[in-house]
Amino acid sequence: METAKTAPLTTTSPSPIAQALKRRPRTVERLIQTGLLICAAVSILTTLGIVLTLLRETILFFQQVSIVEFFTETRWTPLFASKKFGIWPLVNGTVLVAAGAMIIALPLGLLAAIYMSEYASENMRRILKPILEVLAGIPTVVYGYFALLFVTPLLKSIFPQTQTFNGASASIVMGFMILPMVASISEDALSAVPRSLRDAAYALGATKLEVSTQIVVPAALSGISASFILAVSRAIGETMIVAIAAGQQPKLTLNPLESIETMTAYIVQVSLGDTPQQSLAYLTIFAVGAMLFFMTLVMNVISHFLTRRFREVYE
Amino acid sequence: MNTSDFLSPVELQRLQQRKRYGKLFELFALMAVLIGIVVLLTLLIDVFLDGLPWLRPELFTQFPSRFPEKAGLRSALQGTLWLAVITAVLSFPIGVAAAIYLEEYAQDNWFTRFIEINISNLAGVPSIIYGLLGLGLFVYGLNLGRSLLAGALTMTLLILPTVIVASREAIRAVPRSIRLAAFGVGATPWQTVRDHVLPYAMSGILTGTILAMSRAIGETAPLITIGALTYIRFDLRGPLDIFTVLPIQIFNWISLPQKEFQQLAAAGIIVLLGVLLLLNTTAIILRIRLQKRW
Repeated sequence: METAKTAPLTTTSPSPIAQALKRRPRTVERLIQTGLLICAAVSILTTLGIVLTLLRETILFFQQVSIVEFFTETRWTPLFASKKFGIWPLVNGTVLVAAGAMIIALPLGLLAAIYMSEYASENMRRILKPILEVLAGIPTVVYGYFALLFVTPLLKSIFPQTQTFNGASASIVMGFMILPMVASISEDALSAVPRSLRDAAYALGATKLEVSTQIVVPAALSGISASFILAVSRAIGETMIVAIAAGQQPKLTLNPLESIETMTAYIVQVSLGDTPQQSLAYLTIFAVGAMLFFMTLVMNVISHFLTRRFREVYE
Repeated sequence: MNTSDFLSPVELQRLQQRKRYGKLFELFALMAVLIGIVVLLTLLIDVFLDGLPWLRPELFTQFPSRFPEKAGLRSALQGTLWLAVITAVLSFPIGVAAAIYLEEYAQDNWFTRFIEINISNLAGVPSIIYGLLGLGLFVYGLNLGRSLLAGALTMTLLILPTVIVASREAIRAVPRSIRLAAFGVGATPWQTVRDHVLPYAMSGILTGTILAMSRAIGETAPLITIGALTYIRFDLRGPLDIFTVLPIQIFNWISLPQKEFQQLAAAGIIVLLGVLLLLNTTAIILRIRLQKRW
């Protein structure tokens, strides 16, 4: 990109010396450029590796288990004597926990973003942003500890029927873990709305609340919705909080106070046991992983599309 | 002139109502920010209250044990240290090279765009999927077993997108005039990058890499997937040894039923947070000390 524009400066001069320089073989330069290209291509190889690994083991899995059972059976018991391979209980657990986390992360994250972009003074923003970044930088295993040993006892004292492992505590803690991400991406989108739009609304007599919610938020909607979708994708893929706090009982339930199991927690459960390669249990985690990868990929692509296509371009 | 001079009482009342809503909303929005901070403080206080009594020398010198009073983080600390070093050694050159290619060499064609979309997609892939990749590719595919090297390679792939994005930003921030000046005195593209662009971009690149490393140190799920163990009672001898790391040892202690182990886990969390704090402070200091202005 940069060189495409600058290269002619060094090469297109009519003098004989420049001609000779141009013809001089630049072996080292070429080698280096090729080496750099290979490093950039590692990312493509990674994607390829992920897709091929998941695909290979998943195909092996579906040679032993019918794909119809995978999508129609309502029980998931691959580690029991009577094996059932229905993915829905795990999907149910994943979606239940993610939905709970979104109830916390989306409204609070958006409100925090509006506050930091529209209301906070420059000084206040300089203090608040790093604190929220610290919240985002804490390892997820720490959040898991907090969910199991602080939030769950708290829930139990309010709702005595709460089980020791439950979806709700995982949801709550995950919501606060994801909040800074929503706030940060949404704030970027809100700050990118040009000042002239706000000024125009103020000139018509709108209050700050009306400007924020009726002018700035709609104008930044593509960025905000992209942050929401990324948040969902993050919640679906989150592992340690649910592995620690949500339990290991895959079931179809909407009760957040019961023990459930998510797709990621199942992968952890199997990985902790000593599963020999190519055993059926070993293959299940790749089938579950493929499902998980597919779900997050769809989310990420939608988010990418939203930021690209629906971005309002000002000035 | 005052607003009340030209507004009817009804309009004035409505205006005051609108302004009250505004104040109320501002309060709500502020609370949304503060609740995050309150949760952060609660979490830290909870962990410190549980863990501080267990933060004693034995925690750093002992191997894990079935008896909480004899258990320590020795093997976990060794594992984390070596994992961090190998991951840094692998991901720094590859990440910076990829960033240099994309910023300085790549033409604006479909292949470059494909790489860029690919990198941003990889950043959104759940970390546990990288664990499955590591399990299939490094543990069994390359036959590295459940070794430190397999873990470090997995972590390298996991943090590469972060390193690349941070390095690209740092390289992009170097003004074009610096490159033009180098080209003007006859430097080749690589000489320009090596002698002029990289030195200016280095503070940003290092900061980004250190922040990516702190992600690698806190990551648990992919290493569980590739089979890092929890109960290791010997010193790490080399990259092909089986290993454990801090977050996995913490996870293991959390899942044990005894209260003492859970407090031990809290002490482990304090150590982990301490390591991350140290890294982040280093990153900030580096950014200030190495920053060049033009």
